[in-house]
Amino acid sequence: MVLENIGQRQQHSDGRSVAIRMEGITKRFGSLVANHDIDLSVYQGEVHALVGENGAGKTTLMNILYGMVRPDSGHIFVGTTELPVHRGFLGPDYGIGMIHQHFMLVRPFSVLENIILGTEPRRGIFLDLVSARRKVVDLMGRYGIEIDLDRRVEDLSVGEEQRVEILKVLYRNARIIIMDEPTAVLTPQEIDRLFETVRMLVAAGHTLIFITHKLEEVMEIADRVTVLRQGRVVGTRSIQEVDPEELAIMMVGRKIEATRPVRRTRSATSLFRLENICLRTPRNLDALSSISLDVRQGEILGICGVEGNGQDELFEVAIGIRKPSSGKIFFQDEEITGLSAARRLRLGIGHIPPDRIRMGIVPGMTVKENIILGRHVEPELAGSFFLKDRAIRNLAVKLLHDYGIVPPAPEADITTFSGGNQQKIVVARELSRKARLLIASQPTRGLDIMATKLIHDSLLEHAENGGGVLLISADLAEIMDLSDRIAVMYRGRILRVLEREHASEEQLGLLMAGVAG
Amino acid sequence: MSDVGAAIGISLALATVRKAVPLVFASTGGFFSERSGIINIGLEGMMLFGAFSGAIIAYFSHNAWLGVLGAAFVGGLIGCLHAFATIQLKANQIISGVAINMLGAGTTVFLSQVFIHGERSFSLAPQDRLPALGPFLPLTYIAFGLAIGATVFSYYTVGGLRLRAVGEHPRAADTQGVRVNRIRFLGVVTSGVCAGLGGAYLPFFSGSFAKNMTAGQGFIALAALIFGKWNPMGALAASLLFGFADALQETLQGRAHLPAQALQMVPYVVTMIALAGVIGRSIPPASIGKPYEREVTEAST
Repeated sequence: MVLENIGQRQQHSDGRSVAIRMEGITKRFGSLVANHDIDLSVYQGEVHALVGENGAGKTTLMNILYGMVRPDSGHIFVGTTELPVHRGFLGPDYGIGMIHQHFMLVRPFSVLENIILGTEPRRGIFLDLVSARRKVVDLMGRYGIEIDLDRRVEDLSVGEEQRVEILKVLYRNARIIIMDEPTAVLTPQEIDRLFETVRMLVAAGHTLIFITHKLEEVMEIADRVTVLRQGRVVGTRSIQEVDPEELAIMMVGRKIEATRPVRRTRSATSLFRLENICLRTPRNLDALSSISLDVRQGEILGICGVEGNGQDELFEVAIGIRKPSSGKIFFQDEEITGLSAARRLRLGIGHIPPDRIRMGIVPGMTVKENIILGRHVEPELAGSFFLKDRAIRNLAVKLLHDYGIVPPAPEADITTFSGGNQQKIVVARELSRKARLLIASQPTRGLDIMATKLIHDSLLEHAENGGGVLLISADLAEIMDLSDRIAVMYRGRILRVLEREHASEEQLGLLMAGVAG
Repeated sequence: MSDVGAAIGISLALATVRKAVPLVFASTGGFFSERSGIINIGLEGMMLFGAFSGAIIAYFSHNAWLGVLGAAFVGGLIGCLHAFATIQLKANQIISGVAINMLGAGTTVFLSQVFIHGERSFSLAPQDRLPALGPFLPLTYIAFGLAIGATVFSYYTVGGLRLRAVGEHPRAADTQGVRVNRIRFLGVVTSGVCAGLGGAYLPFFSGSFAKNMTAGQGFIALAALIFGKWNPMGALAASLLFGFADALQETLQGRAHLPAQALQMVPYVVTMIALAGVIGRSIPPASIGKPYEREVTEAST
């Protein structure tokens, strides 16, 4: 009965029918207002981009539309049907599908089992896998999506997992498809392929809501775009009447000056060198295989690759919390292979870990305490037994001020800060210890434009001052923007090291996918 | 081989199966709970409740089958208790399990003293016990059938797919309309029913109820489940191995020149060796031990 009503579309003022209308949506989590009185209309058959900084409320709004989060107030209409928002509902019952940012796939299950979970064709109490397969094969043919239905999801690449998610949505006959940052984890070629699929879905009459914070993607794929900032709608624009600069200003709330500073001079002197590093783990005999890299003074060496190709292992070997199975590591021409992480820190090797909650900070401790992690033995900050509280406090206040971290409260629990500010605290700590070399892994993952820019500027400044940076990142744009040389990592190997001037995004993308040597 | 050797071999094989029965019941029960994402360290207590209620009902009603049914029912009730604590109240699953074990140890002794004039153990008259069916008690066949049924259920039915899904990735299941907590509740209650049956086997096998008669078998069943890589057939095989260890030590009692206490250690030592990882890694369901909540604030991600 519900689906019948969707046929009678409500007409919008410019003649296009409205597929989704959200009115006055407000949602609070404790004291945080995630969505404040949001209105959003999505036309039938369009690609509607939803952009905004981290914490702008995009995902919350879409979780409300999908029925996973109940709003405190507001109304949602699919066509002319009002959804029972306050009683609770689930998107698929109203033709709404969602591809979550973190895929909702059961890893030990097969592709087919994942697609049918929750809507299983059955014979009595038994699964009817034969008719399930027939239906999915038919869908794959119709939409040109290819995937082996019998493979386990844990063996799939990220791009393939996303195809499973798309099939899940189509299997449930969703007319409205929400994609939450679908390009964040893809290689450029996979992004192209995704965009082809998106165009095919629109051609087949689906309506898409596309969450992203990459503005070039908005310009390429969207028909209209709605910008959110701090839980409110800043505005909705048709793509013809807007440019990326205006969108950026709408997102951030003010103008951002250009990032790229003056070129710096690189020396030929080696600062940090890996020679034939191999790492064998019980799960992966080639976690790292013969990796040789050289970071010079005043240089940023970028390592790009799809996540899970050995970057985390490389980071751990480089900072000294994991011993390589073979190979040597040098810092300023002295071998440090056998030195502990603490000794390496004291020599001047700072690091920004990929997972700040697990490795970068200690949740539950104050900002002040987090700022002296690893520095708690420096004579300025600690006596032989007691910490020098005044000096520590002064350092914390200075760093909070320098990095524009609000509120400037050194005694506050670090978990009360946003992810971006937590990461700034990690960066501030590492750069303030006057390290010569900085090993940074995914330093801006999940951060918004302003926090990202500040961290990028800090890394560039570090290199300009003669330090070296080993930058590991899955974000190709970040690698291209910051690096002097770029190494591509694939299945535990460095496939190629290119000068930045000679590297193109297409070439890197192919290397990242393991195509072309 | 001599006739004596053959006779010992056959009796050892039969004893292996008999000793394995309670472990098969309880480890299959553990499968239903743990696959749904709820740790069930309370199997021991659930078995003890089953043992006591089976025995006491048979004792007073003079109907062994009524005792078996009662044991299953009480096991299910205790399962409800664990489910309520861990799912509704989101209590720590280990602590809830430990509480159930302590509750089992205390309650059964107390009730025994209440009903049987201050005695902590009591015997069943022959007519109040289950009749043997061939070489085994009927519960033996039920146990093995249950393990096979659990395998079919988990890999070929809609319910089985959903049970495994909520233990691995409850959010993924929830986004597709699967009722995570309902399935977990059913899993834990089923677990209690199975453990109760496993417990009921003990007094019918030995002919009496005794204080704390499970003697760690709930924990060994949990070990069998882990050793069997969280699937019913693996757990069945592991239960047979542990059953064999127990049967062996009983056979050797009086034959080998070793202290009885040293021989009694055998099943537990085998358990420890098995758990120390003789057979590769056993990967638990990804979301085991974590209560599921649909709404999480974004600040925590």
